[in-house]
Amino acid sequence: MTAPAAWRPVLAPAVRLRHDRVREVDLLVLPERVVVLRGTAGAVLRLCDGDRDLGTIVAELTERFPGAPVDTEVPAFLDRMHEEGWLR
Amino acid sequence: MTAQPPDTVTAQPPDTATAQPPDAAIAQPPDAAPAHPRPWALLAELTHGCPLHCPYCSNPLQLVRRSRELTCQEWDRVLRQAAELGVVHTHLSGGEPLLRRDLEPIVASAASAGLYTQLVTSGVGLDEARLTALTGAGLHSVQLSVQHADPGASDRIAGHRSFAAKERAAALVREAGLPLGVNVVLHRDNLDALDALIELAISWGADRIELANTQFYGWALRNRAALLPTRDQLARARESVARWREKLGRRTELVWVLPDYFEGVAKPCMGGWGAVSLTVAPDGTVLPCPAAAALPGLDPPNVRDHPLEWIWDHSAAFNRYRGQEWMAEPCRSCSRRAEDFGGCRCQAYALTGDAARTDPACALSPDHGLIRSLTGPAPAAEPPPAGYIYRGYGRG
Repeated sequence: MTAPAAWRPVLAPAVRLRHDRVREVDLLVLPERVVVLRGTAGAVLRLCDGDRDLGTIVAELTERFPGAPVDTEVPAFLDRMHEEGWLR
Repeated sequence: MTAQPPDTVTAQPPDTATAQPPDAAIAQPPDAAPAHPRPWALLAELTHGCPLHCPYCSNPLQLVRRSRELTCQEWDRVLRQAAELGVVHTHLSGGEPLLRRDLEPIVASAASAGLYTQLVTSGVGLDEARLTALTGAGLHSVQLSVQHADPGASDRIAGHRSFAAKERAAALVREAGLPLGVNVVLHRDNLDALDALIELAISWGADRIELANTQFYGWALRNRAALLPTRDQLARARESVARWREKLGRRTELVWVLPDYFEGVAKPCMGGWGAVSLTVAPDGTVLPCPAAAALPGLDPPNVRDHPLEWIWDHSAAFNRYRGQEWMAEPCRSCSRRAEDFGGCRCQAYALTGDAARTDPACALSPDHGLIRSLTGPAPAAEPPPAGYIYRGYGRG
């Protein structure tokens, strides 16, 4: 699917997003599983609060990371997270 | 800049059942910095007391008495130390952890330390009030065991009328909105009911179904003749799992813990000794694997004497089979040594009397005949089982 701009992504109830101070990485934690988030993946997922829609998330990140291919990469990334069942 | 693909890492070894030691199928954790990679998971065995009497019980032959159990305050300290050490998941297990009247404050300690907290239970004793209190204390998820899809058979295998309680527990967990895992230890008596077991777990609302073939040490080794499946049973079960995986897609995760007696390859036990996780027994003994209490001369450390970080980094027990230095041939020069870590130390000890030998489950082991004679094309029949030797608390 291609994520619609009105989608308001939010983490699935079983999923916790947290920073791991020991390993200095962001993690998604689920029962029996840890997903290690690389780069700015954690920063992107922190915006997925169920209030912001996709358009807002992309706009905020574009402002924060000028020149980065936010509008192509971020929707594709969130799409993948949705397919995994970690985002709703 | 942005979103790089996150690596998915199943850092969780204790694929722990209430009743079965962890085992297999673990991906390696990502590159970690410190001297020894930090542990991801802590299995907290809160008590060895249990209403069930499963013939494959994974608790050691010598059980810890209730009077020797760590107090709630001691668990609070251990769980905080674990979080500081880098532990992300804790599995509150047993025995039956619900037998601890102070389970709620223990859950609160774990959750407030930042640990993802899972209750591993038989379901016996989980009523609405208890679950509400546990959820209020911060519980994140529940793993529930079931012995068979048929209520009578499940009760017979468990040695206790428990099926109805399990069914109720599953419904309560779903109503509370917590993720539910269903764990089944597989053996001769229930492998043919695999389809019905998967259907049952789905009807209970499981997000994850763990199908754990029996690992034969401790109590399960005593019942091996009655529990060991046939090759045909396993072949049918594998086909069944493949069919279900295709059908379920990502809706429900189906985990198949390999029957190592039949694979010819050793399981990467615990993801390596002292590499991914640790177990704290009811009396505070800390072990690299829940079955390791049986190893002679291990002299395992105790949280009553040492901080968890010292135990992980410096204790002799945690360094004993760490890495590859301890390996003898054929492991030492084997290309698979970084994948299976020589297999399971507890199984090597249980079958050969020497925990440093290659796991006899491996076809390259000089002791492989010990297993092959039971599972080869023409297995030498062990004496026909007269029924289970049931596990009993106080009988260990």
